Amino acid sequence: MDQESRFRDGVVAGLPLALAPLAFGAAFGVLAIDAGMGGLAAVVMSATTFAGSAQFAAASILDSGGGAAAAVVAAVLLNARYVPQSLAVASIFPGSKRRRLVESQLIVDESWALAGRSGRFDYGVLVGVGVLFWLLWVGGTAIGIVVGDLFDPEAIGLDAAFPALFLALLVPYLRTRRALGAALLAAAITLALIPVAPAGIPIVAASLACLLGLRR
Amino acid sequence: MSAAWIVVLAVGAVTVLFKGAGPVFLGRRVLPPRALALVEVLAPAMLAALVVTQAVGGDEAIVLDERLAGVAAAGVALLLRAPLVVVMVSAAATAALLRLL
Repeated sequence: MDQESRFRDGVVAGLPLALAPLAFGAAFGVLAIDAGMGGLAAVVMSATTFAGSAQFAAASILDSGGGAAAAVVAAVLLNARYVPQSLAVASIFPGSKRRRLVESQLIVDESWALAGRSGRFDYGVLVGVGVLFWLLWVGGTAIGIVVGDLFDPEAIGLDAAFPALFLALLVPYLRTRRALGAALLAAAITLALIPVAPAGIPIVAASLACLLGLRR
Repeated sequence: MSAAWIVVLAVGAVTVLFKGAGPVFLGRRVLPPRALALVEVLAPAMLAALVVTQAVGGDEAIVLDERLAGVAAAGVALLLRAPLVVVMVSAAATAALLRLL
């Protein structure tokens, strides 16, 4: 299958989720304005960081009077999981270093997870989902700044759709004992760490713990 | 420079590095077999961690709310071999309905 049709596959795969980046993007825009960040800073952040949880955390901290340092630390911890995700897809990006640097910015949980669906990470799917989400995320942020909230994403249960998506993508992996063990271990570690570690740490720790389990 | 812009630029720079780390620094280099095995286990681990975080994660606390009910509905849909869209809509609809009550 050629690259263009894989890209289209990616966009199609991302479409059912399209409401989410749009609505949450608008919610971020509203929060950013409330936090005194200003519209331009908010849009630039959505365009360059392109990571919902980190952006919400940073804006919330600024909103509640926390300093820049606290906001930066929280956001960086939350985005730490992109390092192992990035390493996992290291070889699928074509072209020059500059092109790879730019296109790798399209890595987000959803594009990464959907790209891995077939077993081998698919560049077209990652970029297709990534571009779609990026446009909706930045566009949503702009709408939030200008118009305010579109609607409350939680009122229509969008926040429940994400764990459902990741669960659906997880299930096919669970056919091998190794993968099942890794998933259970990661889930247990995550549960244990959420109450005691800063946001972002549980996911990274749980993912990395599986490295130890590989000593065989 | 305002605190907001410091945050935007600092977080942006670090995130660009994080996301670009693999493709830029490793690039097309073929991973050794052990690293490949690692990557195979990473996906289920990462996904499981994401499920837990997004289903019950709160502000440094476990929060059991309508999201969990949505995930349960998704689980049922998955058992019934529903397509992905149906699975997600089941989760969203369940959470939304419970919040209406």
